[in-house]
Amino acid sequence: MRNPLSKTIVGIQPSGIRKFFDIVNEMEDAISLGVGEPDFDTPWRIREEGIYSLERGRTFYTSNAGLKELKEEICRYLKRKVQVSYDPAHQVIVTVGGSEGIDIALRAMLDPGDEVLIPQPSYVSYLPCTILAGGVPVIIPLKNENQFKLTAAEVEAALTPKTKILVLPFPNNPTGSIMSREDLEPIAELIEKHDLYVISDEIYSELTYQGNHVSIASLPGMKERTILINGFSKGFAMTGWRLGYTCGPAAIIEQMLKIHQFAIMCAPTNSQYAAVEGLRHCEDEVQEMRTAYNQRRRFLMHEFERIGLPCFEPFGAFYVFPSIQEFGMTSEEFAMRLLEAEKVAVVPGTAFGDCGEGFLRISYAYSLEDLKEALARLEHFIVSLRKEKERKHD
Amino acid sequence: MRREILKYMEKNSKVDPKELAVLLGTNEVTVLNEIADMEKEGVICGYHTLIDWTKTDSQSVIALIEVRVTPQRNRGFERIAERIYNYPEVNSVYLISGAYDFLITIEGKTLMEISQFVADKLSPIDEVVSTTTHFILKKYKDHGTIMERREKEERMPVSL
Repeated sequence: MRNPLSKTIVGIQPSGIRKFFDIVNEMEDAISLGVGEPDFDTPWRIREEGIYSLERGRTFYTSNAGLKELKEEICRYLKRKVQVSYDPAHQVIVTVGGSEGIDIALRAMLDPGDEVLIPQPSYVSYLPCTILAGGVPVIIPLKNENQFKLTAAEVEAALTPKTKILVLPFPNNPTGSIMSREDLEPIAELIEKHDLYVISDEIYSELTYQGNHVSIASLPGMKERTILINGFSKGFAMTGWRLGYTCGPAAIIEQMLKIHQFAIMCAPTNSQYAAVEGLRHCEDEVQEMRTAYNQRRRFLMHEFERIGLPCFEPFGAFYVFPSIQEFGMTSEEFAMRLLEAEKVAVVPGTAFGDCGEGFLRISYAYSLEDLKEALARLEHFIVSLRKEKERKHD
Repeated sequence: MRREILKYMEKNSKVDPKELAVLLGTNEVTVLNEIADMEKEGVICGYHTLIDWTKTDSQSVIALIEVRVTPQRNRGFERIAERIYNYPEVNSVYLISGAYDFLITIEGKTLMEISQFVADKLSPIDEVVSTTTHFILKKYKDHGTIMERREKEERMPVSL
């Protein structure tokens, strides 16, 4: 029989820590700090609107780019939140989660051999999607001493004549790092100077705890060079609804829409109606979730300080990214031993790129009670590791 | 800071000031002082425990009573309200717009005890014109808390 598989897909490495995840998934009474989705239910108003749309029999396709009302609400929302104006008729596509937006943006913009700058640690899809689109990923390792922000110098050092796109993943999963306007300005200058484009993944934009999120698209000259990716999963606690959106220059959106049209048809109709309600009426619910996340974030930072686990203070998403370098183990080893000894699951930093080595991603999309219990166990583990180390020295 | 403290305590009065200080990014002394001040100023009027009595041995009956009254010259509804709310079995008294004047909630051990209160105490008040008593059959949600929560749907333990 002929080999049924494409060389490209076979060449893409599966996540190296899948084995670890399998073990976590099998373990019954483990406390997990490993999820990348909110613990809150979708606000009831949104769920109720979803139910109502089904009752009304809204069970058909929408137009490819999405419901007109939803696109209009998205544009109003972006104007309000990040002060960028888009034309709902030509500059917006409603997608199946933010992840579809990432995929179709790369596919619409890359020719074989074009290079894409991907800062890491970051979400796992940028690299494989680049390869699948025929591009060449170029990793920029972010640094703990910069609080995992991206600096202009790092971008400059990675540039080649083939560089076409910079992926900008902030607020960042897994580090929780955010980029302020001042942080973005020198990056924007480089983008303009070297004639690059940006794919700005802003899926965590609602979850910032030090000033409001700033989109690079709001900087002078950047809207024309930016594909903005966002969605309802994180801020509105709607992961399972699979709903995101992407905005950008009409000429790029037009081509992205072709891929979306042929591969997807349209985002789930039911979710689209529900999301309209979310954008119109759920500001308070979103704020309430943000407040709760922020309290948990402060709690974790306080606990890390008490335990003596070094961690820069992150101001975005719902992750903290402490360093475990003092224990002389790989992230995966640490995570595995923590799981075995204390039944607490965390995600090794290396799941998000090699430069995540020496770090853990800890999610605070958990109740304070769960976090307290998990942190007590983590502390117990760390204390025993330190004792072990002392004994070896004696 | 006050608003944040109140927002938290509104849902959870069983507060450890040290912990609340961490959650709000301030220190314990500030939290304690603010709470003490707000108690003094009557911003915080009391602390209660939300109890589902149906899960205990001691059963009780709660009724909502609509009361129509004739307001008093110069004093309006104030004096009548006071006469009603001073009874310890009365849990709450609201002045209401619309078809009647007061909505009161009252708790008793039995239906009989409540009807006796209405007959002996409430209706005989000179200004009370009429009462309508509604007994509560089941409490689904009280003070923003759903009494019987469904089990939460499980998330996958790890996702990126």
